[in-house]
Amino acid sequence: MTGKDEAELSRLMQAAIAGDEKAYADFLRRTAALVRGFIRRKIVQGGVDPEDVVQETLLAIHVKRHTWRQDLPVLPWVYAIARFKLIDAFRRRGRRVEIEIDEIAETFAEPEAETVSGRDINRALDGLPPAQRSVVSSVSVEGRSIGETAAKFGISETAVRVSLHRGLAAIAKRFAAKQFGRE
Amino acid sequence: MRTDDLIKALDADARSTAMPLGSAWWIGAGAATLIAAVVFWLAIGPRTDIATAIHTMRFLAKFVFTMALAVSAFALSRALSTPGASTSRRAAWMIAAPLLVAVAVVLELFSVPAADWGRRLVGSNMLICLTFIPLIGIGPLAIFLAVLRYGAPTRPVLAGAVAGLLAGGLAATFYAAHCFDDSPLFVATWYTIAIAILGALGALGGRLFVRW
Repeated sequence: MTGKDEAELSRLMQAAIAGDEKAYADFLRRTAALVRGFIRRKIVQGGVDPEDVVQETLLAIHVKRHTWRQDLPVLPWVYAIARFKLIDAFRRRGRRVEIEIDEIAETFAEPEAETVSGRDINRALDGLPPAQRSVVSSVSVEGRSIGETAAKFGISETAVRVSLHRGLAAIAKRFAAKQFGRE
Repeated sequence: MRTDDLIKALDADARSTAMPLGSAWWIGAGAATLIAAVVFWLAIGPRTDIATAIHTMRFLAKFVFTMALAVSAFALSRALSTPGASTSRRAAWMIAAPLLVAVAVVLELFSVPAADWGRRLVGSNMLICLTFIPLIGIGPLAIFLAVLRYGAPTRPVLAGAVAGLLAGGLAATFYAAHCFDDSPLFVATWYTIAIAILGALGALGGRLFVRW
Protein backbone atom coordinates (compact mmCIF):
# COMPACT_ATOMS: atom_id res chain seq x y z
CA MET A 1 0.00 0.00 0.00
CA THR A 2 2.73 2.41 0.96
CA GLY A 3 4.80 1.37 -2.06
CA LYS A 4 1.90 2.19 -4.34
CA ASP A 5 1.32 5.53 -2.60
CA GLU A 6 4.99 6.34 -3.00
CA ALA A 7 5.08 5.65 -6.73
CA GLU A 8 1.84 7.52 -7.34
CA LEU A 9 2.68 10.55 -5.20
CA SER A 10 6.19 10.81 -6.66
CA ARG A 11 4.73 10.81 -10.16
CA LEU A 12 2.12 13.44 -9.24
CA MET A 13 4.67 15.71 -7.57
CA GLN A 14 7.03 15.45 -10.53
CA ALA A 15 4.18 16.34 -12.87
CA ALA A 16 3.23 19.22 -10.57
CA ILE A 17 6.75 20.61 -10.61
CA ALA A 18 6.68 20.37 -14.40
CA GLY A 19 3.63 22.66 -14.32
CA ASP A 20 0.65 20.28 -14.19
CA GLU A 21 -1.80 22.00 -11.79
CA LYS A 22 -4.26 19.13 -11.78
CA ALA A 23 -1.51 16.76 -10.68
CA TYR A 24 -0.61 19.14 -7.88
CA ALA A 25 -4.20 19.25 -6.58
CA ASP A 26 -4.30 15.43 -6.66
CA PHE A 27 -0.98 15.26 -4.87
CA LEU A 28 -2.16 17.63 -2.13
CA ARG A 29 -5.47 15.82 -1.60
CA ARG A 30 -3.87 12.40 -1.32
CA THR A 31 -1.07 13.73 0.83
CA ALA A 32 -3.59 15.46 3.11
CA ALA A 33 -5.42 12.17 3.65
CA LEU A 34 -2.21 10.29 4.48
CA VAL A 35 -0.91 13.02 6.76
CA ARG A 36 -4.29 13.15 8.51
CA GLY A 37 -4.08 9.43 9.27
CA PHE A 38 -0.55 9.85 10.56
CA ILE A 39 -1.34 12.88 12.75
CA ARG A 40 -4.54 11.43 14.23
CA ARG A 41 -2.74 8.31 15.34
CA LYS A 42 -0.02 10.37 16.97
CA ILE A 43 -2.32 12.70 18.91
CA VAL A 44 -3.71 10.60 21.71
CA GLN A 45 -4.24 13.26 24.32
CA GLY A 46 -6.29 16.40 23.68
CA GLY A 47 -5.21 19.99 23.28
CA VAL A 48 -4.07 19.78 19.66
CA ASP A 49 -6.57 19.68 16.82
CA PRO A 50 -5.26 17.18 14.23
CA GLU A 51 -6.73 19.14 11.33
CA ASP A 52 -4.76 22.25 12.35
CA VAL A 53 -1.57 20.23 12.09
CA VAL A 54 -2.66 18.77 8.74
CA GLN A 55 -3.17 22.28 7.40
CA GLU A 56 0.15 23.53 8.76
CA THR A 57 1.86 20.53 7.18
CA LEU A 58 0.26 21.18 3.78
CA LEU A 59 1.33 24.82 3.89
CA ALA A 60 4.88 23.81 4.82
CA ILE A 61 4.92 21.23 2.03
CA HIS A 62 3.82 23.94 -0.36
CA VAL A 63 6.28 26.68 0.61
CA LYS A 64 9.15 24.18 0.99
CA ARG A 65 8.52 22.05 -2.07
CA HIS A 66 11.84 23.19 -3.53
CA THR A 67 13.53 21.09 -0.82
CA TRP A 68 12.30 17.84 -2.32
CA ARG A 69 14.88 16.20 -4.55
CA GLN A 70 13.26 14.36 -7.42
CA ASP A 71 15.65 11.44 -7.12
CA LEU A 72 14.55 10.76 -3.54
CA PRO A 73 11.26 9.14 -2.41
CA VAL A 74 8.55 11.66 -1.60
CA LEU A 75 6.82 9.99 1.36
CA PRO A 76 9.75 10.18 3.82
CA TRP A 77 9.96 13.87 2.91
CA VAL A 78 6.23 14.37 3.54
CA TYR A 79 6.25 12.51 6.86
CA ALA A 80 9.40 14.29 8.08
CA ILE A 81 7.61 17.60 7.53
CA ALA A 82 4.42 16.32 9.19
CA ARG A 83 6.39 15.05 12.16
CA PHE A 84 8.22 18.36 12.51
CA LYS A 85 4.96 20.30 12.42
CA LEU A 86 3.34 17.95 14.91
CA ILE A 87 6.20 18.30 17.40
CA ASP A 88 6.03 22.05 16.85
CA ALA A 89 2.30 22.07 17.61
CA PHE A 90 2.85 20.27 20.90
CA ARG A 91 5.80 22.42 21.83
CA ARG A 92 3.83 25.60 21.29
CA ARG A 93 1.36 24.31 23.82
CA GLY A 94 4.13 23.58 26.26
CA ARG A 95 4.27 19.82 25.80
CA ARG A 96 7.10 17.58 24.77
CA VAL A 97 6.53 14.64 22.47
CA GLU A 98 8.64 11.92 20.99
CA ILE A 99 7.40 10.39 17.79
CA GLU A 100 8.69 7.27 16.15
CA ILE A 101 9.20 7.92 12.46
CA ASP A 102 9.37 4.24 11.51
CA GLU A 103 5.71 3.74 12.28
CA ILE A 104 4.67 5.58 9.16
CA ALA A 105 4.28 2.37 7.19
CA GLU A 106 1.07 1.64 9.11
CA THR A 107 -0.53 4.95 8.24
CA PHE A 108 -3.79 4.92 6.34
CA ALA A 109 -5.52 7.72 4.55
CA GLU A 110 -8.43 9.37 6.37
CA PRO A 111 -11.11 11.83 5.25
CA GLU A 112 -11.45 15.30 6.75
CA ALA A 113 -13.80 15.72 9.72
CA GLU A 114 -16.54 18.36 9.93
CA THR A 115 -15.40 21.96 9.73
CA VAL A 116 -14.39 23.62 12.94
CA SER A 117 -14.71 27.40 12.93
CA GLY A 118 -11.84 28.06 15.38
CA ARG A 119 -9.07 26.88 13.09
CA ASP A 120 -5.57 28.27 13.55
CA ILE A 121 -5.48 29.07 9.86
CA ASN A 122 -8.49 31.37 10.18
CA ARG A 123 -6.68 33.41 12.80
CA ALA A 124 -3.59 33.51 10.59
CA LEU A 125 -5.76 34.61 7.69
CA ASP A 126 -7.30 37.39 9.77
CA GLY A 127 -3.81 38.69 10.49
CA LEU A 128 -3.03 39.29 6.81
CA PRO A 129 -3.14 42.73 5.16
CA PRO A 130 -6.66 43.26 3.71
CA ALA A 131 -5.65 42.89 0.03
CA GLN A 132 -3.93 39.55 0.60
CA ARG A 133 -6.67 38.32 2.91
CA SER A 134 -9.45 38.99 0.43
CA VAL A 135 -7.55 37.31 -2.41
CA VAL A 136 -6.69 34.22 -0.35
CA SER A 137 -10.30 33.97 0.89
CA SER A 138 -11.65 34.37 -2.63
CA VAL A 139 -9.50 31.57 -4.04
CA SER A 140 -9.91 29.21 -1.09
CA VAL A 141 -13.14 29.55 0.92
CA GLU A 142 -15.15 31.18 -1.87
CA GLY A 143 -13.72 28.81 -4.47
CA ARG A 144 -13.07 31.33 -7.25
CA SER A 145 -10.44 30.87 -9.92
CA ILE A 146 -7.57 33.30 -10.39
CA GLY A 147 -9.42 34.88 -13.32
CA GLU A 148 -12.70 35.24 -11.41
CA THR A 149 -10.88 36.76 -8.47
CA ALA A 150 -9.14 39.26 -10.74
CA ALA A 151 -12.51 40.26 -12.24
CA LYS A 152 -14.14 40.57 -8.82
CA PHE A 153 -11.53 42.96 -7.45
CA GLY A 154 -10.81 44.69 -10.75
CA ILE A 155 -7.08 43.88 -10.68
CA SER A 156 -4.82 41.94 -13.03
CA GLU A 157 -4.35 38.16 -12.76
CA THR A 158 -0.68 38.78 -12.04
CA ALA A 159 -1.62 40.95 -9.07
CA VAL A 160 -3.92 38.18 -7.81
CA ARG A 161 -1.13 35.62 -8.11
CA VAL A 162 1.31 37.88 -6.28
CA SER A 163 -1.14 38.58 -3.43
CA LEU A 164 -2.03 34.90 -3.17
CA HIS A 165 1.60 33.84 -3.08
CA ARG A 166 2.56 36.47 -0.50
CA GLY A 167 -0.50 35.72 1.60
CA LEU A 168 0.21 31.99 1.73
CA ALA A 169 3.87 32.61 2.52
CA ALA A 170 2.85 34.98 5.32
CA ILE A 171 0.47 32.41 6.82
CA ALA A 172 3.20 29.76 6.70
CA LYS A 173 5.64 32.17 8.35
CA ARG A 174 3.11 32.97 11.05
CA PHE A 175 2.76 29.28 11.85
CA ALA A 176 6.52 29.08 12.17
CA ALA A 177 6.73 31.96 14.65
CA LYS A 178 7.32 30.92 18.21
CA GLN A 179 4.53 32.85 19.84
CA PHE A 180 1.78 31.68 17.55
CA GLY A 181 -1.05 29.93 19.36
CA ARG A 182 -0.25 31.52 22.70
CA GLU A 183 -2.23 34.69 22.16
CA MET B 1 -11.19 27.27 6.41
CA ARG B 2 -11.59 23.66 5.41
CA THR B 3 -8.53 21.73 4.31
CA ASP B 4 -10.07 21.30 0.86
CA ASP B 5 -10.32 25.10 0.60
CA LEU B 6 -6.68 25.46 1.60
CA ILE B 7 -5.74 22.96 -1.11
CA LYS B 8 -7.55 25.11 -3.67
CA ALA B 9 -5.43 28.09 -2.66
CA LEU B 10 -2.19 26.10 -2.70
CA ASP B 11 -3.05 24.66 -6.09
CA ALA B 12 -3.78 28.13 -7.49
CA ASP B 13 -0.29 29.12 -6.33
CA ALA B 14 1.32 26.08 -8.01
CA ARG B 15 2.96 28.16 -10.71
CA SER B 16 5.12 30.09 -8.28
CA THR B 17 8.47 28.37 -8.31
CA ALA B 18 11.58 28.62 -6.21
CA MET B 19 15.18 27.63 -6.85
CA PRO B 20 15.94 24.02 -5.84
CA LEU B 21 17.61 23.83 -2.44
CA GLY B 22 20.63 22.02 -3.93
CA SER B 23 21.38 25.02 -6.17
CA ALA B 24 20.93 27.39 -3.22
CA TRP B 25 23.61 25.47 -1.33
CA TRP B 26 26.11 25.80 -4.18
CA ILE B 27 25.40 29.51 -4.60
CA GLY B 28 25.70 29.94 -0.85
CA ALA B 29 29.02 28.10 -0.83
CA GLY B 30 30.33 30.31 -3.63
CA ALA B 31 29.23 33.52 -1.92
CA ALA B 32 30.61 32.37 1.43
CA THR B 33 33.99 31.54 -0.12
CA LEU B 34 34.09 34.94 -1.78
CA ILE B 35 33.32 36.75 1.48
CA ALA B 36 35.88 34.70 3.39
CA ALA B 37 38.49 35.46 0.71
CA VAL B 38 37.80 39.20 0.79
CA VAL B 39 37.92 39.42 4.60
CA PHE B 40 41.09 37.31 4.62
CA TRP B 41 42.89 39.51 2.10
CA LEU B 42 41.78 42.76 3.69
CA ALA B 43 42.46 41.71 7.27
CA ILE B 44 45.60 39.56 7.22
CA GLY B 45 46.61 38.07 3.86
CA PRO B 46 48.92 35.11 3.33
CA ARG B 47 52.21 34.77 5.19
CA THR B 48 55.22 36.32 3.50
CA ASP B 49 57.18 33.08 3.14
CA ILE B 50 54.32 31.15 1.57
CA ALA B 51 56.43 30.23 -1.48
CA THR B 52 58.73 28.15 0.67
CA ALA B 53 56.07 27.04 3.14
CA ILE B 54 54.07 25.20 0.48
CA HIS B 55 56.94 22.74 0.18
CA THR B 56 56.59 21.61 3.77
CA MET B 57 54.36 18.75 4.88
CA ARG B 58 53.10 20.45 8.02
CA PHE B 59 51.90 23.52 6.16
CA LEU B 60 50.09 21.50 3.50
CA ALA B 61 48.58 19.15 6.09
CA LYS B 62 46.66 22.08 7.60
CA PHE B 63 44.71 22.46 4.37
CA VAL B 64 43.93 18.76 4.28
CA PHE B 65 42.39 19.01 7.77
CA THR B 66 40.38 22.16 7.17
CA MET B 67 39.15 21.14 3.74
CA ALA B 68 38.16 17.69 4.99
CA LEU B 69 36.06 19.44 7.63
CA ALA B 70 34.53 21.88 5.14
CA VAL B 71 33.63 19.18 2.61
CA SER B 72 32.13 16.77 5.15
CA ALA B 73 30.20 19.57 6.92
CA PHE B 74 28.89 20.83 3.58
CA ALA B 75 27.52 17.39 2.68
CA LEU B 76 25.93 16.97 6.12
CA SER B 77 24.43 20.48 6.14
CA ARG B 78 22.76 19.78 2.82
CA ALA B 79 21.25 16.54 4.10
CA LEU B 80 20.12 18.16 7.37
CA SER B 81 18.27 20.87 5.48
CA THR B 82 16.24 18.33 3.48
CA PRO B 83 13.35 16.67 5.36
CA GLY B 84 13.54 12.90 5.35
CA ALA B 85 17.05 12.73 3.84
CA SER B 86 19.23 10.12 5.48
CA THR B 87 22.05 11.72 7.42
CA SER B 88 23.84 8.85 9.17
CA ARG B 89 26.45 8.17 6.50
CA ARG B 90 27.25 11.83 6.03
CA ALA B 91 27.40 12.28 9.80
CA ALA B 92 29.93 9.45 9.98
CA TRP B 93 32.16 11.32 7.50
CA MET B 94 32.41 14.17 10.01
CA ILE B 95 34.92 12.02 11.88
CA ALA B 96 37.40 12.31 8.95
CA ALA B 97 38.89 15.69 9.87
CA PRO B 98 39.33 14.99 13.62
CA LEU B 99 40.82 11.60 12.75
CA LEU B 100 43.35 13.11 10.35
CA VAL B 101 44.34 15.67 12.98
CA ALA B 102 44.67 12.94 15.61
CA VAL B 103 46.98 10.91 13.36
CA ALA B 104 49.08 14.01 12.65
CA VAL B 105 49.32 14.77 16.37
CA VAL B 106 50.61 11.27 17.09
CA LEU B 107 53.17 11.55 14.29
CA GLU B 108 54.24 14.94 15.62
CA LEU B 109 54.68 13.59 19.13
CA PHE B 110 56.95 10.88 17.75
CA SER B 111 59.01 13.16 15.53
CA VAL B 112 59.53 16.07 17.93
CA PRO B 113 61.38 15.85 21.28
CA ALA B 114 59.13 16.18 24.33
CA ALA B 115 60.89 19.39 25.37
CA ASP B 116 59.55 21.08 22.25
CA TRP B 117 55.91 19.99 22.62
CA GLY B 118 54.87 22.91 24.79
CA ARG B 119 56.44 25.54 22.56
CA ARG B 120 54.82 24.08 19.48
CA LEU B 121 51.43 23.80 21.12
CA VAL B 122 51.39 27.39 22.35
CA GLY B 123 52.83 28.65 19.07
CA SER B 124 53.37 32.28 18.22
CA ASN B 125 49.94 33.65 17.37
CA MET B 126 47.15 31.76 19.05
CA LEU B 127 45.22 34.94 19.83
CA ILE B 128 45.33 35.91 16.17
CA CYS B 129 44.07 32.43 15.35
CA LEU B 130 41.23 32.68 17.88
CA THR B 131 40.31 36.11 16.52
CA PHE B 132 40.57 35.70 12.79
CA ILE B 133 39.06 32.27 12.21
CA PRO B 134 35.75 33.42 13.75
CA LEU B 135 36.08 36.80 12.04
CA ILE B 136 36.60 35.26 8.59
CA GLY B 137 33.89 32.68 9.29
CA ILE B 138 31.09 34.88 10.60
CA GLY B 139 30.02 36.15 7.15
CA PRO B 140 29.94 32.65 5.67
CA LEU B 141 28.00 31.44 8.72
CA ALA B 142 25.34 34.09 8.14
CA ILE B 143 25.03 32.91 4.54
CA PHE B 144 24.80 29.25 5.53
CA LEU B 145 22.13 30.04 8.14
CA ALA B 146 20.18 31.87 5.43
CA VAL B 147 20.40 28.77 3.21
CA LEU B 148 19.21 26.61 6.13
CA ARG B 149 16.27 28.96 6.53
CA TYR B 150 15.54 28.61 2.84
CA GLY B 151 15.62 24.84 3.35
CA ALA B 152 13.60 22.89 5.90
CA PRO B 153 15.83 21.48 8.66
CA THR B 154 13.82 19.32 11.05
CA ARG B 155 16.63 19.67 13.61
CA PRO B 156 17.48 23.39 13.39
CA VAL B 157 19.96 23.53 16.28
CA LEU B 158 21.99 20.60 14.99
CA ALA B 159 21.84 21.92 11.43
CA GLY B 160 23.00 25.33 12.67
CA ALA B 161 25.92 23.78 14.56
CA VAL B 162 27.05 21.85 11.48
CA ALA B 163 26.72 25.02 9.39
CA GLY B 164 29.00 26.66 11.99
CA LEU B 165 31.56 23.89 11.53
CA LEU B 166 31.28 24.37 7.77
CA ALA B 167 31.95 28.10 8.16
CA GLY B 168 34.80 27.20 10.53
CA GLY B 169 36.37 24.77 8.06
CA LEU B 170 36.14 27.36 5.30
CA ALA B 171 37.56 30.17 7.45
CA ALA B 172 40.36 27.96 8.77
CA THR B 173 41.33 27.01 5.21
CA PHE B 174 42.02 30.68 4.49
CA TYR B 175 43.54 31.40 7.87
CA ALA B 176 45.96 28.47 7.48
CA ALA B 177 47.63 30.39 4.63
CA HIS B 178 48.42 33.21 7.05
CA CYS B 179 49.35 31.26 10.15
CA PHE B 180 53.03 30.56 10.90
CA ASP B 181 52.25 27.80 13.36
CA ASP B 182 52.16 24.62 11.32
CA SER B 183 52.54 22.05 14.10
CA PRO B 184 49.58 19.65 14.38
CA LEU B 185 49.76 20.31 18.14
CA PHE B 186 48.89 23.96 17.51
CA VAL B 187 46.24 23.14 14.93
CA ALA B 188 44.58 20.49 17.10
CA THR B 189 44.27 22.97 19.97
CA TRP B 190 43.64 26.48 18.68
CA TYR B 191 42.00 25.78 15.34
CA THR B 192 39.63 23.43 17.13
CA ILE B 193 38.67 26.06 19.70
CA ALA B 194 38.21 28.73 17.04
CA ILE B 195 36.05 26.43 14.90
CA ALA B 196 34.07 25.32 17.95
CA ILE B 197 33.20 28.98 18.61
CA LEU B 198 31.64 29.15 15.15
CA GLY B 199 29.88 25.83 15.76
CA ALA B 200 28.34 27.23 18.95
CA LEU B 201 27.31 30.43 17.19
CA GLY B 202 25.77 28.31 14.44
CA ALA B 203 23.75 26.28 16.95
CA LEU B 204 22.50 29.50 18.53
CA GLY B 205 21.67 30.93 15.11
CA GLY B 206 19.84 27.73 14.21
CA ARG B 207 17.74 28.03 17.33
CA LEU B 208 16.92 31.70 16.89
CA PHE B 209 16.64 32.22 13.14
CA VAL B 210 15.94 28.91 11.44
CA ARG B 211 12.17 28.72 11.79
CA TRP B 212 9.79 27.42 9.18
